Amino acid sequence: MKFAVLVFPGSNCDIDCYKAVEDTIGQSVDYVWHTATDLSAYDAILVPGGFSYGDYLRCGAIAQFAAVMSEVQKAAEAGKYILGICNGFQILTEAGLLPGALIRNNGLKFVCQQEQLEVVNSSTAFTNQYSQGEMINIPIAHGEGNYYCDDATLAELKANNQIVFRYAGDTNPNGSVENIAGISNKAGNVVGMMPHPERAIDQLLGSEDGKRMFTSILNAWREQHGAAVNG
Amino acid sequence: MAQQLTAKEPTAEQIAEQKIYSQFGVSDYEYELICGFLGRQPNYTEIGVFSVMWSEHCSYKNSKPILKKFPITGPRVLMGPGEGAGIVDIGDNQAVVFKIESHNHPSAVEPFQGAATGVGGIIRDIFSMGARPIALLNSLRFGRLENERVKYLFEHVVSGIAGYGNCIGIPTVAGEVMFDESYEGNPLVNAMCVGLIDHDKIQRGVAKGVGNPVFYVGPATGRDGIHGATFASVELSEESEEKRTAVQVGDPFMEKLVMEATLELIDSGIVLGIQDMGAAGLTCSSAEMASKAGNGLELYLDEVPQRETGMTPYEMMLSESQERMLFVVEPQHEAQAKEIFDRWGIICAKVGKVTDDGRLRLFHQGQEVADMPVKALVDECPVYDKPSQEPAYFSENAAVDTAAYDEVTDLTGALEKVLASPTVASKEWVYNQYDYMVRTSTAVQPGSDAAVVTIRGTRKALAMTTDCNGRYVYLDPEVGGRIAVAEAARNIVCSGAEPLAVTDNLNFGNPEKPEVFWQLEKSADGMSEACVILNTPVIGGNVSLYNENAKGAIYPTPVIGMVGLVHDIDHITTQGFKAEGDVIILVGETKAELGGSELQYVLQGAAAGRPPEIDLATEKKVLDAVLGAIQKGLVASAHDLSEGGIAVAVAESCISGRLGAEVALTSDLRADHLLFSESQSRILLSAKPEQAAALQTWLTEQGVVHAQIGNVKGSSLTISVNGKAGIQAPVQQLEKVWKDAIPCLMK
Repeated sequence: MKFAVLVFPGSNCDIDCYKAVEDTIGQSVDYVWHTATDLSAYDAILVPGGFSYGDYLRCGAIAQFAAVMSEVQKAAEAGKYILGICNGFQILTEAGLLPGALIRNNGLKFVCQQEQLEVVNSSTAFTNQYSQGEMINIPIAHGEGNYYCDDATLAELKANNQIVFRYAGDTNPNGSVENIAGISNKAGNVVGMMPHPERAIDQLLGSEDGKRMFTSILNAWREQHGAAVNG
Repeated sequence: MAQQLTAKEPTAEQIAEQKIYSQFGVSDYEYELICGFLGRQPNYTEIGVFSVMWSEHCSYKNSKPILKKFPITGPRVLMGPGEGAGIVDIGDNQAVVFKIESHNHPSAVEPFQGAATGVGGIIRDIFSMGARPIALLNSLRFGRLENERVKYLFEHVVSGIAGYGNCIGIPTVAGEVMFDESYEGNPLVNAMCVGLIDHDKIQRGVAKGVGNPVFYVGPATGRDGIHGATFASVELSEESEEKRTAVQVGDPFMEKLVMEATLELIDSGIVLGIQDMGAAGLTCSSAEMASKAGNGLELYLDEVPQRETGMTPYEMMLSESQERMLFVVEPQHEAQAKEIFDRWGIICAKVGKVTDDGRLRLFHQGQEVADMPVKALVDECPVYDKPSQEPAYFSENAAVDTAAYDEVTDLTGALEKVLASPTVASKEWVYNQYDYMVRTSTAVQPGSDAAVVTIRGTRKALAMTTDCNGRYVYLDPEVGGRIAVAEAARNIVCSGAEPLAVTDNLNFGNPEKPEVFWQLEKSADGMSEACVILNTPVIGGNVSLYNENAKGAIYPTPVIGMVGLVHDIDHITTQGFKAEGDVIILVGETKAELGGSELQYVLQGAAAGRPPEIDLATEKKVLDAVLGAIQKGLVASAHDLSEGGIAVAVAESCISGRLGAEVALTSDLRADHLLFSESQSRILLSAKPEQAAALQTWLTEQGVVHAQIGNVKGSSLTISVNGKAGIQAPVQQLEKVWKDAIPCLMK
């Protein structure tokens, strides 16, 4: 299986995502520059965190116009796995690949801490190694992670089982609607989340609950491609 | 010959007659020297360039005699003071690069940008050596947090640090914040950066090879930060607000691109010399690079990228616009270098060339506008041996008998008061605003004695900390200087690392006052002595003087940044208690030492008396014994005893470990003295019950005083003294007091 980690000017979790793919599932992974015009070689695309284009104008607002994004659009339509983390989530909403928007944290400050998440949908390609309703520890680090959508969109998210992660209990760190921490598109092959699973793959660093997001993706890909394919 | 270009600028004659140079902090004596070096009167550009190069900030003219005291060599030191940052060998062809720097004055008038550009500047110092920055730290001082202006400064300094570090993607892993009225109006903002480098990648700021082109990279130059270095070298006053234009504006996104492009350029192996444009911008970087190579430099100022129109040579040379670098390559590598910067979307302009005449010559609009000897700019600034005098307060303070204070009987109440004091209270409010996890290497996060950052591909890790208790230094600069180094080393050891080296930031008042110079001198003596005995040479640092305002000088605050090497990640140790039943052991001796203590500050409102004594030979023994025990796997938790003494250390180990403790102390001391004394060279350890005997045997063999004082137990903290109840409180309650203190004050 082949992963792409997108690199925009100002991405800063690209190295961490790259290392996470190597360390958790040992699959092939490339850094792909924002100017790339062909992503057909990749099975999964990771849109990493950071401050693409300095977060100027609005988080993710400039990155959506990068050349590589029309390829990400095509890959999404082709059913490839696309995971946007933190700034990557913001970029995917700006690009219209995911509904809603990420606005300023309600506390108006950047927040970096471990968070407990509830796995709301364990049937996606990104969460099949978790059990439904499982509580996992994954850290957050953002200033604009307050997920917002209108009531109609929220009803649709719920009806289609698109809410993937929620902040557990009453720990909502940023004011997100209904404690939403991560969502998928309708088809389920595009997921965006504010918490950083790539930072939770080693107990020495605080948690290894993020590992199973990567093993989930590999597992889903193997199922899709049949047992004959060796990743 | 140099000519005057802009009608608005005063002529060389006017500068002399009206003594315009004095506005730039140049004395009559220095002006005469400059005329001598030039063989004529300097024009406006030249006096501007000389004034920043000869400012305290760039020349260390007042502090050089002090800096000479520090030990700067050691078997591991690959590069000492003089370059952008010092470098220490950590084996396997790898080295650690680190430096601390202040941005006190800018932060006093424009806290967000002042702090942000402080972080940006220190990061450039690290990557211009060729190193990949891996961690940021800071050391902050503010007045009392009840004061509205102080709250404003604190809030914006923290968000400035966060704004820069988070965006550039370097984790802010550790730091310290202390609050005392002596810093009101003159906050301290010291930022430290740590980087990793392979030995063969180490760069120097030298303009090598006559005829080679000199390149400018980074954003265009504007009028921001003009005379920043001069501003940093005077006392703050009512007029300081008007100096807001001397504060630069940071763009961490730009620095991220410049950093990646620069590291790629260095990796390509074609760089002959590189230096960042920090204080005094283009002036300082060009003059220093020429000086270190023994060469001269010509700069063609029309080629300097400019973001404002009509900029004069004076403005271009003195601008401190951020995120800029200067480098030299051979002519045949020009295209290769430009290609790298193009790809990152960074301006790269050829602005000069290396010459053999030892002069810095500036050209603008077809004319030579300045011509100065490089050596005069960099090396010939006069060095002043300032008069030194013991201040009256010193003996007055020393005479205060701190043992005579009324006995505190509500010991639990006293503990809660100290835990709620902003200096001791949890700094979660601060560090939760910093991304301390990016780069996924932070093994010990903020909130323990020292942060620990792992080195990928090895079993090694680096421990790092910043430390200084200005109250001790105020009460006795020599003792306080020793303690600052010793406490930093203790923090490093408690995290399981061997102390390697020091970067220091000397924050003091106006050195022209003999009493301030005395503080500087004495504290340097104490620091030097400690650095020698603890084997931690000073590999670089920064001096920030003139930290005074109308109310007086700050407490003398020589901040120590220290880095240590964890030889194996299995040795990483944290302060929190680990398991019910573990045995608690106190290493070191407790005396009745309340001078400069947190209890004294909380109850009496000011520091007085003598600071704690410190015996460096004992300290060294304690450090070696505890590190040895950790490396043998005998230690479950380790915590340095500092502000708040035994009571606070045990409480913090409980809170961090989410466990209670039952402690029984016996002593001849009064209970309040015993619990809150800040005696030095003490460490709180815990060990698994089956290892406690081996640990104590080891400590005895090492000749270190120690006592078993209790067990980790339940969910409450109880400390009895000589069999009498002392402190008793649920850990949750203590945690609440400790965690809520700063958020409550900041609401």
